[in-house]
Amino acid sequence: MRKIAGISGVLVAVFVLTAVLEPNFLTGYNLQNTLRWTGLFGIISIGAAFVIIAGGIDLSTGSVVGLIGVMVPLLLADQGWSVPVVLTAALGAALAIGLLHGALVTRLRLQPFVVTLCGLLIYRGLARWITGDQTQGFGMGFDGLRQLAIGRISVTASFGIPIPFLIMLVLAVLSALLLNRTVWGRYIKALGHNEEAARYSGINTRRMVVVAYVIAALTAALGGLLFALDVNSVQPAAQGGFYELYAIAAAVLGGCSLRGGEGSIAGVVIGAAVLRLLYNAINILGIPTQLEFAIIGAVILCGVAADEIVRRLAAARAARSAA
Amino acid sequence: MTEQPLLVAERVTKRFPGVVALRQVSLTVYAGQVLGVIGENGAGKSTLMKVLAGVLSMDGGHLHWEGVPVTFSSACQAARLGIVLIHQELSLLPNLSAGANIFLGREPRRAGWIRQHALAERAKRIMARVGLQLSPETPVAALPMGQRQLLEIARSLASDARLIIMDEPTSSLSEEEAQRLFDVIDELKRSGVAILYVSHRLREVEMLADRVCVLMDGRNVAELEGKDICRNVMVRSMVGRELKRWRRPAVTQQPTEPVLEASGVATSTWPEQEVTLSLHRSEVVGLAGLVGAGRTALLNALFGLDARAAGRILVNGQQVMFGDPTAAMAAGLALVPEDRAGQGLVLQMSVQHNMTLAAFALRHRAVSVARSWERARCLELCARLGIDKARRSSMVRLLSGGNQQKVVLGKWLLLRPKVLLMDEPTRGIDVGAKQEIYGVMRELARAGMAIAFASSEMEEVLQVADRVVVMHEGHIAGSLTGSEITERRIMRLAAGLHPVMA
Repeated sequence: MRKIAGISGVLVAVFVLTAVLEPNFLTGYNLQNTLRWTGLFGIISIGAAFVIIAGGIDLSTGSVVGLIGVMVPLLLADQGWSVPVVLTAALGAALAIGLLHGALVTRLRLQPFVVTLCGLLIYRGLARWITGDQTQGFGMGFDGLRQLAIGRISVTASFGIPIPFLIMLVLAVLSALLLNRTVWGRYIKALGHNEEAARYSGINTRRMVVVAYVIAALTAALGGLLFALDVNSVQPAAQGGFYELYAIAAAVLGGCSLRGGEGSIAGVVIGAAVLRLLYNAINILGIPTQLEFAIIGAVILCGVAADEIVRRLAAARAARSAA
Repeated sequence: MTEQPLLVAERVTKRFPGVVALRQVSLTVYAGQVLGVIGENGAGKSTLMKVLAGVLSMDGGHLHWEGVPVTFSSACQAARLGIVLIHQELSLLPNLSAGANIFLGREPRRAGWIRQHALAERAKRIMARVGLQLSPETPVAALPMGQRQLLEIARSLASDARLIIMDEPTSSLSEEEAQRLFDVIDELKRSGVAILYVSHRLREVEMLADRVCVLMDGRNVAELEGKDICRNVMVRSMVGRELKRWRRPAVTQQPTEPVLEASGVATSTWPEQEVTLSLHRSEVVGLAGLVGAGRTALLNALFGLDARAAGRILVNGQQVMFGDPTAAMAAGLALVPEDRAGQGLVLQMSVQHNMTLAAFALRHRAVSVARSWERARCLELCARLGIDKARRSSMVRLLSGGNQQKVVLGKWLLLRPKVLLMDEPTRGIDVGAKQEIYGVMRELARAGMAIAFASSEMEEVLQVADRVVVMHEGHIAGSLTGSEITERRIMRLAAGLHPVMA
């Protein structure tokens, strides 16, 4: 709980500061957009968090977003496949990617960093090759499907809750239940802390690692689908670029340790929200957008450092009170 | 003693989050002497040693080195004076060779280049002093634990240490290797090196120490010299009471039906050897032997951790597949592994979560974690094993070694195993907790469980086992029961000799 308190504080601080400095920040349109993007990035961050909690890392997220993002409009608009078939194909592709990562990590004992780095390169290459590097889109059609990304549930005339945000909330609740209330979640945490002890306790650690990579690939694919439906103009070389780093950053901001075992879904979602909020603040406050990465990097660094300092102070206080 | 002490520690205090590990502890070390430091687990021995070696900083107190006040802000400063700490957990680098490890940071060099030949030459000489017949090129990863411990000592010899702090140095050594260590200690004493000897093995302290410092709850409670250095006095001052020891019943047990029958088991460590072993209901079998004799390999193979093992295992007449711990668990086997922190426990998780970790593997149909069930089982186990139930949700890392081992035991008791395999069941555990663990083992055996435990501690084997199976180079050298169980016979079998002198 304490871990979430820190990042929640940052979220509130950035929100209030931006609102005070620029009243336009609070317009319904702007808030709605920020929520939509929080939802989209939250989805891929949750998947990244599962792999990190299991003690691994997934660098392929952005490329999977790109690959699925071009695949869906290509098959729907270009090839004229039906919607259910295309969605099934996308699901199958993501499943295959997750299983492949998991198998390479658990069977061949390759390092997750290497496996998913190669994935990053391979899926990006595939995305560009199958489209001939041509921008993909849904044109004017598929309005129903696109509502998944651009739709909203109106609250007032100018503000509604975006559908992607709701999808992310549902996913977050399911993920939190999986992580905290199921045997699989317990296993993933245990093996993230100490894989050998988990194996000595009779846990099928290989299967649980594969599960984590499959979850990451599936969420990346879901994100890829929604991102594509949202922008409607998908560039094979750029779609989803660097998104794996956003996802990892959100997970780390939300309290996941890259050493494995630690982390909560609520923290990850708030981490993703902080990143989107910062991005929005930079734009709306007229800060040069060239500084975007620098500012986000600095905030993450400060957040992680502050967390560490607070923990040490708490430890020192506990030591003194015991004396 | 009018001689100038080498190191004097005065009123050393050290705090950790939530505990005061050391409260005004003082001790004095003289050159050419062995100072034994004893105390139950959690008494603060390891912390004190780390403070003296500069690994941990002090929160209060003073240190004097040859009469001069010193403060250490890092282990480097202590090392420069000649203080070497040989860790309970070894600090060798497994990816480097034995020679490179010995001279790490002190490599013989010329203009920045390492003089490989000189290094190998000197490493060989130093290793010979501790009785290691190895090529200096051998990678440490290829060495068994016992040899690594000797290598660690060789490393301190290479650094011209003046005070060597040994923290449980024999915990992973066979009797023979330990004897070699004692010879080395004698030699070091004669050359004027001071030694701080921390151990739970009072027999060794009795034999080696010139003086003994006893700690309890982070305080000095006694300082023993001369004929006070004997088991009874030491135990009394450590625990503040006479210890009730469990005694092996004198009568030989009636034979019971076998629960586990393993035949022709070849492990990946000793693929050429075949082991045949049966364990009976209500029987406690001690697996003795030198380090590397194949005891751990056998236990791991029985528990399905060795995918390349061959042979046949029957539990209650049912065949169990190799290479699958879950199948072994389902058949009624459980293993308390050798490396508690690395294999037995997830240190960062709570007592409760560790205890239920294995149970879920067999209840896989239960998808959700039933919290009330989990809590109830944990409370039962805490009561049964004597763990303070208030610690139910604390991280296992914060528990003492004895309590940690009880958590590992609890994890398996939850599955009601028919056969309990234990590898070094009381390594690094204080005397009081040891007796408690023995008590639990006997109680389980009485309730019908078959227990096999591997141990390098002769006393433990003699005290607890109904039957002793001695291993030598991967095979079973002999099996002893009742009055045959003597230290001498076990040692002869372990060394590959006939049990009775011809």
